[in-house]
Order: sequence, then C-alpha cells, then structure tokens
Amino acid sequence: MKKYSISKIIIIFTASFFAVSCGDDFVQQAQLYSIDSETYFNTEEEYNKALIAAYDLLQSSYVNVLMGEIASDNTLSGGESATDVIGYQQVDDMTHTSQNSEIRNVWNFMFAGVQRANYILEFKDKIDFQGKDKIIAEARFLRAYYHFELVKWFGGIPLKGDARFKLGDEKSIPRSSVADVYKSIEDDLKFAIDNLPIIPAQKGRVTKGAAQALLGKAYLYQNKFLEATNVLDPLITSANYSLVSNYNTIFENSGENGPESVFEVQYTDSEGAGFGCLQCSEGNVAVGFNGIRNYSGPLFDSGFSFNIPTQAAYNAYEIGDNRRDVAILNIVTFAAANNATYGIGYKHTGFFNRKYLPRKGDQNLGDQNLTNPNNYRSIRYADVLLMAAEAFNRGGINDGKARTYLNLVRRRAFGDLNHDISSSGAALTDFILAERRLELMGEGHRFFDLVRTNRTQAIPGFTSGKNELFPIPTEEIQFSNGNWQQNPGY
Amino acid sequence: MKNNFLLLSFLLFSVFGFSQNITISGNVIDAKAKFPLPSVNIVDKTTGKNLSTDIDGNFKISDLSNTSVLEFSFIGYKNYILKVTQSQVVTISLQEDTNSLEEVVVIGYGQKQRKLLTGSVTTISSKTIDQIQPIKVEQALQGTVSGVTVTGSGGAPGAGLNIRIRGVSTNGNNGPLVIIDGYQGSLDLLNPNDVETITVLKDAQAAIYGTIGSNGVVLITTKTGKKNSKTQVSYNSYTGFQQTTKKLNLLNATEYALLLNESFANGGQALPFPDVSNLGRGTDWQNEVFNDAPIYSQDFSVTGGSDKITYGFSGSDLYQQGIIGGGKSDFKRNTARLNLGVELSPKIKINSNFIYTYVDRDAVNDNGLGSVLFNAINTPSTISAFDANGDYSLVPSTPGFGIEVINPLAQIENTYNDFKLKKLSGSFDVEYDIFKGFKLTSRIGFNTSNSNSKSFAKQISYGGKVFDVARSSVSQNKINDNDYTFDLFGAYTKTIADNHNFKLTAGTTIYKSFGSGLFATGYDVPNNVWENADLSLAQGVSEGGGRDVGGYEYDFRRTRHFARLEYDFKGKYLFSGMISRDVSLRFGPDERVAYFPSFTSGWIVSEESFFDKTKFLNFFKIRASYGLLGNDQIRDYGYRGLLNGEATYVFDDTLTNGTATGALANPSIKWEADEKINVGFDLKMWNNKVTITTDLYQNTRKDLLINNIPVSGIFGTNAPGSGSPTINAGSVRNRGIEFAIDYADKINDNLRFSVGYNIATLDNEVIEVNNSTGFLEGGSFGVGQLVPSRFEAGHAAGYFYGLVSDGIFQNQQEINDHPSQSALGAATAPGDIRYKDVNEDGVIDFKDRTDIGDPIAKVTMGFNINVFYKNFDFIAYSYASLGNDMVRNYERNLSNLNKLNYTLGRWTGEGTSNSVPRVTTAATNNSVLSDYFVEDASFLRIQTLQLGYTIDKKFSQKIGINKFRVYTTVNNLYTFTKYRGFDPTANDGNPIGGGIDNGFYPQPKTFLLGVNLNF
Repeated sequence: MKKYSISKIIIIFTASFFAVSCGDDFVQQAQLYSIDSETYFNTEEEYNKALIAAYDLLQSSYVNVLMGEIASDNTLSGGESATDVIGYQQVDDMTHTSQNSEIRNVWNFMFAGVQRANYILEFKDKIDFQGKDKIIAEARFLRAYYHFELVKWFGGIPLKGDARFKLGDEKSIPRSSVADVYKSIEDDLKFAIDNLPIIPAQKGRVTKGAAQALLGKAYLYQNKFLEATNVLDPLITSANYSLVSNYNTIFENSGENGPESVFEVQYTDSEGAGFGCLQCSEGNVAVGFNGIRNYSGPLFDSGFSFNIPTQAAYNAYEIGDNRRDVAILNIVTFAAANNATYGIGYKHTGFFNRKYLPRKGDQNLGDQNLTNPNNYRSIRYADVLLMAAEAFNRGGINDGKARTYLNLVRRRAFGDLNHDISSSGAALTDFILAERRLELMGEGHRFFDLVRTNRTQAIPGFTSGKNELFPIPTEEIQFSNGNWQQNPGY
Repeated sequence: MKNNFLLLSFLLFSVFGFSQNITISGNVIDAKAKFPLPSVNIVDKTTGKNLSTDIDGNFKISDLSNTSVLEFSFIGYKNYILKVTQSQVVTISLQEDTNSLEEVVVIGYGQKQRKLLTGSVTTISSKTIDQIQPIKVEQALQGTVSGVTVTGSGGAPGAGLNIRIRGVSTNGNNGPLVIIDGYQGSLDLLNPNDVETITVLKDAQAAIYGTIGSNGVVLITTKTGKKNSKTQVSYNSYTGFQQTTKKLNLLNATEYALLLNESFANGGQALPFPDVSNLGRGTDWQNEVFNDAPIYSQDFSVTGGSDKITYGFSGSDLYQQGIIGGGKSDFKRNTARLNLGVELSPKIKINSNFIYTYVDRDAVNDNGLGSVLFNAINTPSTISAFDANGDYSLVPSTPGFGIEVINPLAQIENTYNDFKLKKLSGSFDVEYDIFKGFKLTSRIGFNTSNSNSKSFAKQISYGGKVFDVARSSVSQNKINDNDYTFDLFGAYTKTIADNHNFKLTAGTTIYKSFGSGLFATGYDVPNNVWENADLSLAQGVSEGGGRDVGGYEYDFRRTRHFARLEYDFKGKYLFSGMISRDVSLRFGPDERVAYFPSFTSGWIVSEESFFDKTKFLNFFKIRASYGLLGNDQIRDYGYRGLLNGEATYVFDDTLTNGTATGALANPSIKWEADEKINVGFDLKMWNNKVTITTDLYQNTRKDLLINNIPVSGIFGTNAPGSGSPTINAGSVRNRGIEFAIDYADKINDNLRFSVGYNIATLDNEVIEVNNSTGFLEGGSFGVGQLVPSRFEAGHAAGYFYGLVSDGIFQNQQEINDHPSQSALGAATAPGDIRYKDVNEDGVIDFKDRTDIGDPIAKVTMGFNINVFYKNFDFIAYSYASLGNDMVRNYERNLSNLNKLNYTLGRWTGEGTSNSVPRVTTAATNNSVLSDYFVEDASFLRIQTLQLGYTIDKKFSQKIGINKFRVYTTVNNLYTFTKYRGFDPTANDGNPIGGGIDNGFYPQPKTFLLGVNLNF
C-alpha cells in the first residue's frame, strides 16, 4: 500500500505540473503568416503597399458616377423592372429616402477610402526615407478626392485629421461644416501640388496636374472663382495636356490615359468579383450596369440597361456635333444598321450611355458584367478648360479667356470654327454650362453642376432645399447616437 | 458483496476439501422465457479458463476442482456464480437485467447511472440507428430526441445537416459540440454503424465543456468488443433507389402560352403566342432533371474479446447518387475502423480507436439563384430540351427570360467538379486505477484530414447569360486540417458512513487545431475538356497580373481546467457541482480566461420509504439544473487588427497588390455566455412499461458575439477584404417544454411492441441587439431587393421583414381610396396587391415593412412504433414541425419565364381573385417581399417504414448464420404539408436568412432492400 501512496503523489504532482504548464502559456501564439496593422510602416515598401490600398477605393467610385448620372436629367434609372436596384430607381425619381442602400454605398466606400489614406497619414512620421513626401502627397490627394465626393453628396462630414476613426468616434466627432471639409481638401491638394511630379512614375498614379485640376474644381464648387483661375490657368498654360482631336477615341480602350487625361480611375478586365462585393472588382462595375440588355451584335457586350439617356439629352446636341453619337447610342438605328438585337428594359428610351458601354473582346474575368476594363475618365482636359472658362466668366475676371477655352472644346466637337461662341456675361455662362453637359454627358458630373449653379429645376422631381444633398444613411444617424444630424428635408 | 463473502468462506473451506476432476455440464437458459442462450461466457474464476455455450446453450467443463467458481455472464443478463462442489448436470437460469435504470450514460469526463442523472440527457442506442439506417449520423436525431431539430440545406448526396438543440441561440454558429469517444470531432463523416450510443446533453449538464458547450453537446460512443465474448462477425447491406418526393405544379406549354398572352395583353404588348393550338404540354423540365438514382451500402464488423483484450474492426462502403445530375452529383464514403482494448494489469487499461474515412463527392449547383432546380422551375415548357441539331436548346436571351435562367440539362452537362477527402481520426487512452477509488485517465484524440478539390469552368456560351464563360479555367485546392484533444483527469470515488457517496473529478483538457490550405487557378484548359482540367495542363494565367494562387495557415488553441463534485445520499438525494476554467485564443489577453459554474440536483422520490413502488408508479425523479456555458465560435484573432484586407489597383495596366487592413479589430471581445435553467422529472409506470420524461427550460444567451456587426461606414469596413468587428452586443432567449413518452409491452411470446412519442415547444425571442440600429439583417430575396431577414429584439431570430398584403385591388376606386403605393416604385392598377399602411403615415412605402413570419418551428414532434410479431418486425418513424414559415423565392418573376399553376387562379377582373395578383408585363409592385411570398411550412413527415423478417435460427444456423434478417424500407415516404415548394424541412442553417427557399433540392424518397447477417 505504501508503494501506491508514493506513486500516487508522484503522479498527482506530475499531472498538476503538466496541467499548469500546459495551461495558459499554451494559449499564446502569434498568428502564422500575418502582419499586425499597428506595427506596420517599417520600410518604404510598406508605405507603398499601404498606398495601393488607398488607391483601391477609387474603383468603388463607379457607384458615384452611375448614380450621379441617374440623379441628373441626362439619364433614367432603367434596369430590369421597377424593383431592380430600388436605390437607383428612387434616386432617378428623386424619391430617395435615408434608407437607400446605393446612397449608403457611396458613404461607405468613400469613407473606406478616407480611412485607408488616413492609415498612412497616421503613421507618416514613423520612419524617414527618400521620396516619402511623394507618398504622403499621393495619400493626401486621395483623401481629398474621397472627401470631395463625400462633400458633394452629403455636405459636411466628420473629419479626424491625420488619423483613422476609432470605434466610438461616431458618437463624439461631429459633422464638420462644408467650409471645413473644403479647407481640408484645399490643404491636402496644395501639399499634393507641391510634392507630386508632372509625369507619373506609373500610368494611373496621381500627378501634380491632377491635384491642380481637382483643387480648381473644389474652388469652383465653392464659387471661389479667382482661386480657381489661379490654379487652373497655370495648368492650362503649362501645356502638359491637350485635347484629343477625335472625340470618339477618348472612350475606347486605346484612348485610355491619353494626352487629354488629367486624372483617370484605372480598371482592368483581369480580376473580377461577385455581387456580394461589387467594390472588390478590379473592373468598372458601372459599365456592365450601363450595358444594353440582352444585346447580341457587334462592338458591344450586353449588360443590365441601367443609366439610359433620355430623348431630351439626345436632342440637346446641335446638328453637326460629333459628340452626340459618341456619348449616346441610338440602339434603334444602330441595331437596324448592324443586324443587332437587344432587349427592352425598364424605362427603355432607345438610348444607351455609349461612352461607358461594355466593349466586345474584353476578358471580363470573374464576372462578365462586373469586370469591364473601361477606365473612368475622372478629370479630362476638356473639363479643365470648361472649368477655367466658367471661373473666368462667372468670376467676372476675363470673358475673353473664358470664350477661348470654351471654343477650344467646341471646335473639337464640331471640327470647325463655325460654332464658336461670341457672347459674354450671363449669356456666356449659359453657353459654358450647356457645353459642360454635352461635353461631359454620361460622366457623372451633371447633377452636381446643376446643384452648384442652382439650375436644379431641370431635374424631374427635384425638391429645392432638400435634394441638393443626399441623405445621411439612417443607419449612420443611428450609429452616431444623435451626434450627426440628418440633412434638411429627409 | 454477499457473493464475495461466500466466495471467501468457500475458499477457506476448500483448503480442507480439495479434490480434482470435477465435471460440470448442462444448459443455460433465459430464466423467464426458458429459451436456450448461446455464446454465454463461462469463466473459471480460479484458473481463468473460459469457454462459452454452444448454439443450444449447452456446455461442459471438465478438470474442475471443488475450489472452482464458475461465473456465467451474458450481455443483458445478470451474472450468475456457481460454486463447484461435485460433478453434476445443471440448468443455469440467467435473469434478464430488466432494470434499464442501471444503464450507464456518458456525461463527459466520466459516466453515470441513468438513474442518478440530474441533467437533461437523452440517449439514442445503436438499435435505433440500425432501424433508421441513416446515411449520416445526424439523421438518427431527427424526431427521436425531443427539442432537437435536424435540418438540411438540401437533399444532394453528402450535403451537410444542421443540428439545433433547443433552438437558435446566437446569430453565429448554433451547432452543438460533438465529442467522439472523448475527443472533439464531427458527425459529418462518421459511419452510423460504428456508433454504439449517441448522448445528447441539453442543459447545464454540459457545463463541464464550459467554453463550447452552450449549444448543447452530442457525445458519441463508438462500438467496441465486449470482454470474454466470442468473435462475432456481422454483415449488413442494403441497396435501393431514390426518387424525388415532389414535383412542383408548373404550367404546361399551353397554359403557359395562354397566361403569357394575357400578361402581354395586360402590358399593352403584342401576343407572343398568337396560335397556341399545337403547343400541347411541352417540356416537363422537372421530369428532365429528376431521375431515379441508386444507393447502396454495405458494412461488416468483427468484434470480440478475451479476458484481457477487446477488439473490434469494421469497414463500410456507401454510395449515393443524386436524384438530380446522376453521376455529376454523388457521394461515396468508405470507412475502416479498428478498436483495441488491452488490460495491461488489473490496474491499467489502454484503449485505442482509429477511424479512416474516404469521401468522394461531386455536386451540381443545388441551391440558390442559378441552381439546376431553379432553372427547371423557370425555363418555359414551350422550350424543348434539345434543338433540331440535337444540341441543348438555349433559353432566349431577351429581357423576359432574364439573364440567369439557362437550360438546366446543359447546366448539368457543363458542371465539372470533384472533391476528395481522406481523414484519419482516433483516440488512445490509458486508465490507471492508482489506488482504491482513484482512477486517472489520460487520453489523446485527433483528427487529421486532407482534401483535394477541383472545379472546371468550361468555356461556354448560353447565348448572353451570366453563366457564359469566356475563358476556360480550372481551380484546385488542397486543404489540410488537423486537431487534437488531450485530456488528463482523475476521478476519486468515496463513500462515507455508508450513505454519503462522493465522486470528485478534476483535470485538464488541451485543444489545438491547425492546418493550411493552398489554392490556385489555371486558365486555358487544353481542348476545353474535363479530362485535361488540371493545373499541370492549364497553364494560362489571368492577364494583367491577377493573382491566381493563394494560401493560408491557422493555429488555434484552447485549454480547460475543470472540477466536478458528484454527491448523493443513499442514491436518493443527488447533487453535482461543476466549474470549468477555460482559456481561448479567440480573445485578447485581457479577456482570454473565463469561468463557467453549474449545479444540478435531483430527488428520487420513489426511493423514499413512503413511496409504494409496487403500485402503478415504479420510479419518480425530480431534477433541476442551473449553469453558465460559453461560446467562442467566432473567427480567429478578432481582437487583433491584421493586414489581410484586399489592396489591388491597376498601375501601368497591371494589377498591383498592396496591403490593407482586414476586418476591424475589437480588442475587448469576450465570451458569449449562456445561462441554462432546466427543471424536469422522469417517471416509470406500470412495471416500467411506460417511461415519461418532461423538461421545462429556459436558455438565455448573453453577450452575443455578433460577427461582422454593422458599424458606421467611417471605419472603412466596406473596403475590399475588410469587415466589421465582432462585438458582444445582444441577447437571445429560448424557452420551451419537452415531453417524451415511451411505452413498451409484450402481449405474448409472439407479439411485443413499443411506441414512442415526443413533443417540444420552442419560444425563441431576440431580447437585445445592441448596435444602434437594433437589428442585424441577412439573406436575399429576388434580384436587387431589400435585405429580407432580420435579427431584432422582440422577434424570433431571423424573422422575415416585409410588407403585409391586404388582398387585391378589385377596381380603380379601391386604389384611389387607399394610400398611394407608388413609393414602392411602380404604378398601381386593379389586380395588384394591396399593402397595409402598417405605420399609418398615409403612404405605402418600405417603412411599412414588418414581421411577416419566421423560420423557427414553434412545436416539433416525433413519433415511432416498433412491432415484433413472431419472426416479423415492423418499425415506423415520423416527425413533425409546426409554425415554421418559408419564403417562396424560387420564382424568378419575369414575364416570359414559367410559373406555378396557382397563377391560373390570378385576378382577371373584379371579383375573380383576392389573393393572386394579375399577370402583366408592365411594372408592378407585386414582387416586393410581402406575406404573399411567405408560406406556412409546417409538416408531418413519414420518415421511415420498415418491415423485416428474421429467418428461424433453426434454418439459418445450418448454414452457419446466427441471425439472418431481410428487410425492406421506405425512407421519406410522404410529407403532409401545405407548403408549395419542394421540401418544407429544408433550411440552410443560417440564423439570419435561413428559410428562404431558392428551390431547395428535396430530400429523396428512398426504397431499400437489405439484409443483416450475424455469424
């Protein structure tokens, strides 16, 4: 019996020792092959990699372009039926409320971009290396780009400076004023102008010119005309950009990142995504949505028939304007001429947004409709010219310069000098704004141009004092626990 | 004790009366029925010599001395001890061990007599499994255990099944913990014939499994050989075929054409079928895709044991083909098992158990938009399966046909995939009786599996549909998963002052799971054929620098220290207390440790002296339990921010990858805790013929671990590869009553029977969701519609959120008198659904959505009958579910697609219908989610009917077979339900978004012919 008592003691001791030693220490293990976000930014490469993440969200701005166009008087929602993407349908009719998942996407995607840019900026002082300023400048341009989209859509938004939002901030950081948001945008872009190269190291990276153009646009949206001309005119006179002589080529694959391209969101057909994560696609999702329903024929691939131009938009072009048939596809005449067939979707008008239709021959890997390679021509030189013209004219600074820039655009459109505008003052303003519509048809600017120039009566269903801004998503108001107020009228 | 005393005194006396060469012979019979018992084990306790009775129960032992003591043992009977004095011929009558209360039940880290159990515990024996003949073990719990539901996401061969014990308690993983012979495992691939018992711990009894026991625990004991038993060989086999239980009532070609004409006319469009006279019935797409499919199974086992060694080994082979897709949808499972137990010394026993499983599964798209059935339902019957050239005909690519609907036969033909898995599981344990009353157990159990899967996307055009593939590719992955569970625990049993019985169990468990996966895609499969679909041949890469490869590695760990004290006074007053201290790597350093206490108690009233057990009531026990259990079933490392997001952009026309933050971290996540309260009683009546078990319970799950909880968009959680954090933010309560009654009786020697019935109610309510919006949402309905399911305080988990219909507008006046519905998107006309202005704001919009049903059954029932008459046996199992709703989402609702024939009862003019809206090609609001799409999916299913015949032993033994039984079975014979879809029992198992029917693949009806042989 004594023998057992000893072995008992030994075993119990061994067991308890084993139990304790294998206890809490056992449950301590770094995750395999993973990188902790709080200990990052140790090399130049890590800054560069984080920067790519900030660029990534540019691709999700497809929804801004698509829905921005639908919101305007240029296009109708379309789609399959009245319940096909209800968010777009409501925005088309201006019946949208704060419960609109597409508007919420704009909020979510653009803030995701802000957060990723701020991730870099939060750690901007961690290490030093040659060329860091350029990386910071790119990050600040991107933050400004996302902020500009947010202020266009929602007005004032919460700002945190060079740091990421942390859980709880939604209940404590208020919406900044619109002016403060623009101040942040201006500061970011001024830094970017000072630190970005004129020629990008790689196609697709932001440049000094892009920062100048975006800053000019931000001034224009605030009616700061003098500041706008001060930044846009040097951009024009620097002669780094030029109008492409054939308007048609701009929107084809071969015309991407051409001499007219000031800033372009890059897409590819070689990595797609599913409907569960549209923002994950490396392709331009809007293009598949714009596509001709059940199309079979040459040149184009089919799509979901959203964002369909109205008859009025088609008719807005003068005879001889080469841009009409580039911007708008008249499917009836096209199908008849090319032996093509197509389907009739909801709100069918017979027109499609030709600049951003799926082209035949693309790989469309992942998903045929969600992986179109068409880059979004975010800021074209023509836009810069028209912005400068508008600033010179509306600021009462120099109508002559305004006419010159406007007529550069018109001469390209008509291929002659017979359509030059010679008016001044308010009449010239009207011509410039009309020209913006025609030149930038289908590119997502129209709604915001109408809002900032108080010409919203053109938009069917528009309620003044309300629809200038889109509603903050209901969920966000709830998350903020009353910290953020809803926009007027919603 | 008494026997030992006799033995001892006998031994003492034997010194004086030693003599050799005594021979004992005779016959062993059942004391009551008087039939001979073969294979009864007889051991000479003095020499260890053993033998067993022959077929007729006869035996003869020579060379005994008058000190010899013979012990007769036979399973199910009480042992009999014969003290040898002189040569004689005896008849040994073995008493049947009728008191099933002596049955021993595993409860986790030990076992306990059923009589002394204080928790809510149900067991299923191998007998039930033999009868039900489940393809998967989970099916044996269907309708047999009150409060347990088993649902499948479809009847595809090898498809997964979900077990829910006492309802849905969390928005996350609701599956119970599965413990196989002590180690954490999974039921999924186990051969049902290897299972001896299934034990379900439903209440705080499971608290010994602290961290992971909150969803209930299923304990599996696999079969082992019995000591001192002759080698027993058994062989079971069945073969049969399966067919669909249901076909939907779709429109035939003529009906379809007429309805389409009406619809186009209503929409102001030209008639698509000016002449319908020659259309006939057209193609029955369901007949085209459904086929009778074979199933077969065979298994054999060899078990036995000597005095020191027990052994068992078995093998099985199961093959099941799908009722859709034939060989493109099949499941093959082979298992081999080896069990060996060795008594190294009277104090040390070792036991080992190894199971090897091989699975080969192929599948067609069997659920969701784009599944084969979805296409069969929606493809118009006017389209023939093949065109004039003998090719698969195309579904036209015009808007009315949608861009998702394709010829389902072509879809099956062009589906190519393969999944193979090899898995080795097992355990090895040592039990050491260190000193009297103290036993130490050490055990290691493990699972290790390797799987390969491959899918081939054939370059194909369906004429402009979303399933067109412009470039062929093959995707392959190799996944290796491993885990082990190591237990070390001691149990000390002590009785003090005769009446106070204590048992203290304490120990520790270590669990680790780890593994890795690799996946890759190759493009341009040579000749675009399956035979060449392999990465070795498909050497194309995606252009633009897309990353066609990936991999991952994981390592998760958990430890537990626990102690349990069991106490009873005179086997009458029962009490147990447990505490478990768990550490899980799923939580940050500050929240990693948690304690889970629980208490159970019982009072066996029938043991009291005032209780007259001889009356109709034989046994009466009252039980109560209370405990706290945990749940850590969330993704790993939710407390850390990791750079595993997606960062891809295009520079110089080339995909360029960076690094981005993944899901948002929440450093303060902690355990989800479940508070379980249970009271119940057990009754036995009328000579133990009737058994009743009743339980009343309430489970309150607090600090719900809400994965991917919606948070403000400013945190960037909508970026590619990112996600919302996991936050403890909610509470769910499940309450119910469970009642089970079994009645077994023997009418005469030829006829005996048993009947069992169980019923359980479930009241499920989300108490709190603490995320500002107050709800979580999930699931999908239709195309591009609002999210249909919610998880919200005051409602059942995953309830359906939609509009409430209020009949059909009969005329324009009714529309004018009603709040405008135009905010829903389209204009309203007579014949459209009228929706209720739920929030009474004078306009019908999406704010009028409300609770329109939920997928959780309020009442579930099971009913089974066993009848044995002479050599015949008959069994029937059925189960029912009441109060569960399903959403009809298998209709694509496009103008040119086929429809169910209830649409023939549509509104066509004032007074024609007040339930089915008009048909039109014009835009309507009728397809918005409303209660029009919600159907009552209550059902009663006849799950198993079986008739067996056992050939008289007298004949079978002549060919060396002890038992020769043939039987025929029909599984899933009929389901009584009002539900229109294929299968009201289906549910994809999602707590939010489950119960939405995209055309669930029905569980097949199976006809089997089988044989059981014992040698």
